[in-house]
Amino acid sequence: MILFDRVTKEYPRSTRPALSEVTVEIRRGEFVYVVGKSGSGKSTLLRLVLQEDRPTSGSVLVAGRDVGRLPSRKVPLLRRGIGTVFQDFRLLPNKTVDANVAFALQVLGKPRSMIRQVVPETLEMVGLEGKGKRMPHQLSGGEQQRVAIARAVVNKPPILLADEPTGNLDPSTSREILAVLQRINEGGTTIVMATHDDEIVNHLRRRVIELQDGRLVRDEALGSYVAPPPSTDTDPFLDLGVPVLRADEQS
Amino acid sequence: MRLTFLLGETTNGLRRNVSMTVSVVLVTMISMYLLGLGLLGQRQVDTMKDYWYDRVQVSIFLCVDKSIYPACAGTVTTDAQRAQIRSQLDSMKPPVKEYFYESQDEAFARFKEQFKNSPLGTQATKRAFADSFRVSLTDASKFDVIASSFQGAPGVGKVQDQKQLLNRFFSFMNVVSWSAIALAILMVVCVVLLMATTIRQTAFSRRRETGIMRLVGASNFTIQVPFVLETLIASLLGSVLGVGLLWATVRYGVSGYLSTEMLDTAFIGMADVWAIAPIVVGGIAVLAVCTSAVTLRRYLRV
Repeated sequence: MILFDRVTKEYPRSTRPALSEVTVEIRRGEFVYVVGKSGSGKSTLLRLVLQEDRPTSGSVLVAGRDVGRLPSRKVPLLRRGIGTVFQDFRLLPNKTVDANVAFALQVLGKPRSMIRQVVPETLEMVGLEGKGKRMPHQLSGGEQQRVAIARAVVNKPPILLADEPTGNLDPSTSREILAVLQRINEGGTTIVMATHDDEIVNHLRRRVIELQDGRLVRDEALGSYVAPPPSTDTDPFLDLGVPVLRADEQS
Repeated sequence: MRLTFLLGETTNGLRRNVSMTVSVVLVTMISMYLLGLGLLGQRQVDTMKDYWYDRVQVSIFLCVDKSIYPACAGTVTTDAQRAQIRSQLDSMKPPVKEYFYESQDEAFARFKEQFKNSPLGTQATKRAFADSFRVSLTDASKFDVIASSFQGAPGVGKVQDQKQLLNRFFSFMNVVSWSAIALAILMVVCVVLLMATTIRQTAFSRRRETGIMRLVGASNFTIQVPFVLETLIASLLGSVLGVGLLWATVRYGVSGYLSTEMLDTAFIGMADVWAIAPIVVGGIAVLAVCTSAVTLRRYLRV
């Protein structure tokens, strides 16, 4: 699903690269932790998938397409297939929970009838049924993060990126958030979660990728990976153009 | 669906940003009013030219007793010379359209009548006037033909073109209206800078929204349209108000006052306001869209 091929990212005015020769493949339906200290390159990895940045060298492939070569007008199409969650939730403070989740569909021009149906379903899935009329400041941190997750997955993206989603939460709330993510993963969504919370990693054992100073130093599968049945949905990245399949992805 | 959403976002934006919107509206209104005044001034000059050039005459002043014209050299025009000028004028149709003869006494009386309310009327002496042929031309620009035929001819004191007197007045009006246009251009620069600043400030205060829009894959169009629409609406409102001010100025200032006070000249009317309104409103619309496009390209990351 996501393939990093000898990816190096250097930021100007920085002594060492943020990522250095990273090669890693994340398969469809996997749940992957990206761990490492602050500044080890976790966020850069996620930014490259989203095309917030382009790699200095090497290539990042999402669903077989080299996103570094994507023309800028197609970048929005890429991002529609990727949900994103952050440590600081990034909710709109002047909109209700319902409106925050609906916003993600409205800006894509989805029909009102579809929004009215999908938003409550998604809120129910993240455990926020009946809280649609609340404002973000009336919710706890864990509930706000659930809203952010609902917004990220309401468009049913095949990939969910989470950048320290439990960083602002206490351990028990973190485990609840993790359970929500696990449920989403069981629905077939590929999840890449950057974290430096060892307790989380030990609580739900999954594949762990560790970065240190921009280098990949560990990649081990701690849980079982079961490939999901082939999706019958149409390829959500279809609009990006014909995929360039690589030999190791064709199997 | 997306249209209602975009319009909703735009109205929200305008409401949350009232003071900046009002400033854009007012500055646009004033600059468009000035620009409109300048353009109307130009049209007023053209209107008056059309009106006066049809009426201006070339005066051929003759020599009278104690004439003020050096060309007379103390002589007085004889009847034979008068008849000679008359037949020459008759033979020059066109460019001569018609002419009439005005004696020194008639000219003096006409002047005293015209300026009876002014000290000029009582102070004037008969000596400043002369017998003259008043010649109207088929084409006001053909003055040179008359001048070359009669300047220096026996019995002629001076050939004078009224158009030259008018031209001084018209060039003065031109300077005034061009100054208004120059001021208006400065104001338009202010408008553009203000629009750009407003967009920058709005883009900054809405970076959270636009960030989320980017993240969920909204197109550049969806992200930018509310900003463009807000600028467009504010500036269109301002320019329409500016046209309203122009309308009021012409309706009550020119048609309602000047035209009734000064019956012997032509003034611009409502038709002239409607003629420049599309230029003013359309111009500002183009300006608003261009300014927001350029500013968004620089300050709104997509």
